[in-house]
Amino acid sequence: MTDKGLQLDDGSRVGVIGGGPAGSFFSIFLLDLAERMGVDIQVDIYEPRDYTRPGPVGCNMCGGIISESLVQNLAAEGINLPPTVVQRGIDSYMLHMDVGSVRIETPLQESRIGAVYRGPGPRDLKEIKWGSFDGFLQNLAIEKGANVINQRVDEILWAGDLPQIKIRKGEPHTYDLVTISVGVNSASRKLLANLNFDYEPPKTTKTFIQEYYLGEEKIQEVMGSSMHVFLLDLPRLEFAAIIPKGDYVSVCLLGEDIDKELIANFMSSTEVQNVFPPAWDFDARSCNCSPRINISGARQPYDDRIVFIGDSGVTRLYKDGIGAAYRTAKSAATTAVLQGISAEDFKEHYWPACRKIEIDNMIGQMMFMVTRIIQGQQIARQAVLRMTANEQKKADSKKRMSMVLWDMFTGSAPYRDIFIRTLNPAFLARLVGDLAISVTGR
Amino acid sequence: MAIGDLGKVYQDGEEIICEGEQGNCMFVIQAGEVEVIIAGEGGQEIRLAVRREGEFFGEMAIFDRDVRSATVRALGEARVLTVDKKNFMRRVHEDPSLAFRLVETMSRRIRELGEEVARLQKAE
Repeated sequence: MTDKGLQLDDGSRVGVIGGGPAGSFFSIFLLDLAERMGVDIQVDIYEPRDYTRPGPVGCNMCGGIISESLVQNLAAEGINLPPTVVQRGIDSYMLHMDVGSVRIETPLQESRIGAVYRGPGPRDLKEIKWGSFDGFLQNLAIEKGANVINQRVDEILWAGDLPQIKIRKGEPHTYDLVTISVGVNSASRKLLANLNFDYEPPKTTKTFIQEYYLGEEKIQEVMGSSMHVFLLDLPRLEFAAIIPKGDYVSVCLLGEDIDKELIANFMSSTEVQNVFPPAWDFDARSCNCSPRINISGARQPYDDRIVFIGDSGVTRLYKDGIGAAYRTAKSAATTAVLQGISAEDFKEHYWPACRKIEIDNMIGQMMFMVTRIIQGQQIARQAVLRMTANEQKKADSKKRMSMVLWDMFTGSAPYRDIFIRTLNPAFLARLVGDLAISVTGR
Repeated sequence: MAIGDLGKVYQDGEEIICEGEQGNCMFVIQAGEVEVIIAGEGGQEIRLAVRREGEFFGEMAIFDRDVRSATVRALGEARVLTVDKKNFMRRVHEDPSLAFRLVETMSRRIRELGEEVARLQKAE
C-alpha cells in the first residue's frame, strides 16, 4: 500500500470492468460527482453482454427484485424506474406455509417494489415489451458521458504503477483507476491473476432460477401483484419465492446444495401447485439457470488504483443484491472523487461501507437460522401465521410480525433493524401467546 | 395503474398532502403534475407552484419538525412515489451525498423565491 496522494484529476481515465448495476451505478455517480467538483474524467465500461437480446446473452441471472428502500433511494438520486423497465409493481407478499397462507400488504398501500428482468427476458421471449434493467442503467451511464466497450476483458496488466485493461484482440488501455464490478458468475481466474495484493473472492453458494410463461392476464388472475414466498419444511431449502413479472414468472430457490431432488420436491408441494393455474405443466419452463450468490464478502476488495464493488466486493446476504451494488458503487465513487484512489483512501472511506454490510449479514445469518427453526416446527409456523393473519385483519393494529416478515422477505431494512424489532417485549409477548395457543390447540 | 407503475395514482384534484398536517415523508412525481397551494386571507387558495415529473415535494418534512406548509393536489392524473423520512435519513447518515440533489433543488427554490420577493418589492 502507498500513502495517500493518488487523486483523479482533469483528464484522468477510469476503466470499469462489468456493466451490470454496480458498474453502471459507479459510472453514473463518479461522473456526476466529478462534474459537481469541476473535474473532467473519462470512463470506459467493459461489458460484453447485449442487453437488447433475450436469453443468457443479455441476462445477468438474478431474481430481479428492486427493494422498497432501493426504489426510494434511487428516486431521491433522480433515478425513477419507468414502467417500460419495471415489469410489475409489487404491492404485497403472500406467505405460504403448510399450515396456511397469509397476505401481507405494503405498509402504505403503494407499489414500491419493482420486479424486473436484468436482460429483456427469458430465452423464448417472442416480443420485447419491457426493457432490460441493466440496459436502463447502462443507458443512464452513457447519458452521463460513459463510453461502453462491448468486449470481454481478458486480463489486467500493469504499466509501472498504472493498471491496464486488456481485451482479447487489442492493445491494453492504461487507466488511473480500474473498478471491478464483475458478478461472481463472471469473474475468471485469469482476470484476477495479476492482482498483486491480498484480494480473495467472496465465498458463494448455488441458487436456482426457473422462468415460466403464463401471459400477463393469467399472472394477474392467479398471482396478482404479490410476490409469493414459501417457508416449507423441506431439508436444505432456505427460502423460495415466485416473482410475477410481465408475461413470465420467476421461481427462485435459495439453500444448500440445490439439486434436482430439492427442486422436484419444491415444485410438487401443494403450496406451490396452488399458486400456479390448475393442472399447470411444471416441465413447460422457458429457461432456467443455477447462478452462484455470495455467502461472504471478499477479502481486501481494494488496493492502489483498484477497487472491487458489487458482488465481487461485498453484497447483502440472500436479499437486495442490487441495493448492495448501489451502496458499494456509490461509496467507491464518492471515495474516488472526494478522497482519492489509494489503498489508504479506500480503506478509510470505502471499506467501512463494506464492513457495515458484512456485520449486518452476520445478524442476517442468525435471523435465517431462526427462520429455519420456524420452518422445521409446525407449532412455530402456526403461531407466525396466526399472529400475522390477526395483524392483517385489524386495520389499526401494530403490525409487528407483518413488518418483520415484510422486511425479511423484501430486503428493505438492515437485518440489524429487524432483529432489534424482534426483541420488542410486545412482539415477544404476542408471539409467546400465539405459541401457547398452538401448543394447547385452542 | 399499468402493471409496471411504481407509486400511487392520484386523480385530478385529489389531495396528496394537506397544509397544517404532520408529515414524515416526501414525494417524488413519477408521472403527471401536482399543484402546491396555500390558504390565503379569506380562505381563497393561492397557487404557489406546479411540480412536474421527476420533481420532489413535501421535502421540508424530512428536515424540520413543523407541520406541512402547503397543500399539494394532483393536477390531472398524477403518479407519486413516497420516500419515507426514516429510510432517507438512515441512508443520508451513511452517504451524505444522497442529499446533494435535494439541497440543490431547495437551493434553486430559495433563489426563485428571492427573485420573486425582489420582483414584488419593485412592483410596490
